[in-house]
Amino acid sequence: MLPVSYYVGLSAILFTIGALGVLIRRNAIIIFMSIELMLNAANLAFVAFARAHESLSGQIFVFFVITVAAAEVAVGLALIVAIFRNKQSIDVDQMSNLKG
Amino acid sequence: MTPELITFIFLALISVASALGMLFSRNAVYSAVYLIINFITVAVFYLMLGGAFIAVSQVAVYAGAIMVLFLFVIMLLGAEKLGNNETLGWQRPLAIILGLGLIVEILYILFFQANEIIAVKDLPEGFGSPASIGTTLFQEYLLPFEVTSILLLVAMVGAIILTRQEKKNV
Repeated sequence: MLPVSYYVGLSAILFTIGALGVLIRRNAIIIFMSIELMLNAANLAFVAFARAHESLSGQIFVFFVITVAAAEVAVGLALIVAIFRNKQSIDVDQMSNLKG
Repeated sequence: MTPELITFIFLALISVASALGMLFSRNAVYSAVYLIINFITVAVFYLMLGGAFIAVSQVAVYAGAIMVLFLFVIMLLGAEKLGNNETLGWQRPLAIILGLGLIVEILYILFFQANEIIAVKDLPEGFGSPASIGTTLFQEYLLPFEVTSILLLVAMVGAIILTRQEKKNV
């Protein structure tokens, strides 16, 4: 059994890559995928701590996070489709109609 | 070097490389495929950590359903190459500095500040199996489970309403 901190460290690295993706990419779909990557990194930390504490609650939380991610993707992609129909673009910098 | 450590390092390299490939790929379809590779390696980590049911649902729901939905929308919109003329000036180096700051902070706390996390050597029989997950889910977490069904219903209605074509004469 490897130390749990290895898994948590890997999860931190993946989370940082996801956060960087949200910061440096302007394509709305890539930003969504980066959010999925961050959720996934958090799930890895959940499962690692569930293993360390020998408790199933961490794995149940991962189950719920996956469900919430599925709901989020369905609504988010519907929003992207609706925006693309109106503006012919999914660049988040173009979505500034409400700016005064 | 135990076999487990070698497996971990190998998979961790694949996982980080595919995440970076997702981040820097110019084509959104390639990004989605890199992300599928990442999800599958994370599913193998779940297996190594004794979460068999979670690993299978990761592959089925994330790599299967969610990423297929992503690919479907990318191809439906023809958006593979969109958003490549990115107009980020000074934000990009700042973002990289902030990202490095985040990773250094997390790793510092993890390896120098936190108490040693000691994992149990042997797991009880059936830990993370569908039967044990189901027992915990329906005994301790029954209310959150039912609330989740409402969340999924609302998401389904929301997705249908948002993508509906508006009538011209309203």
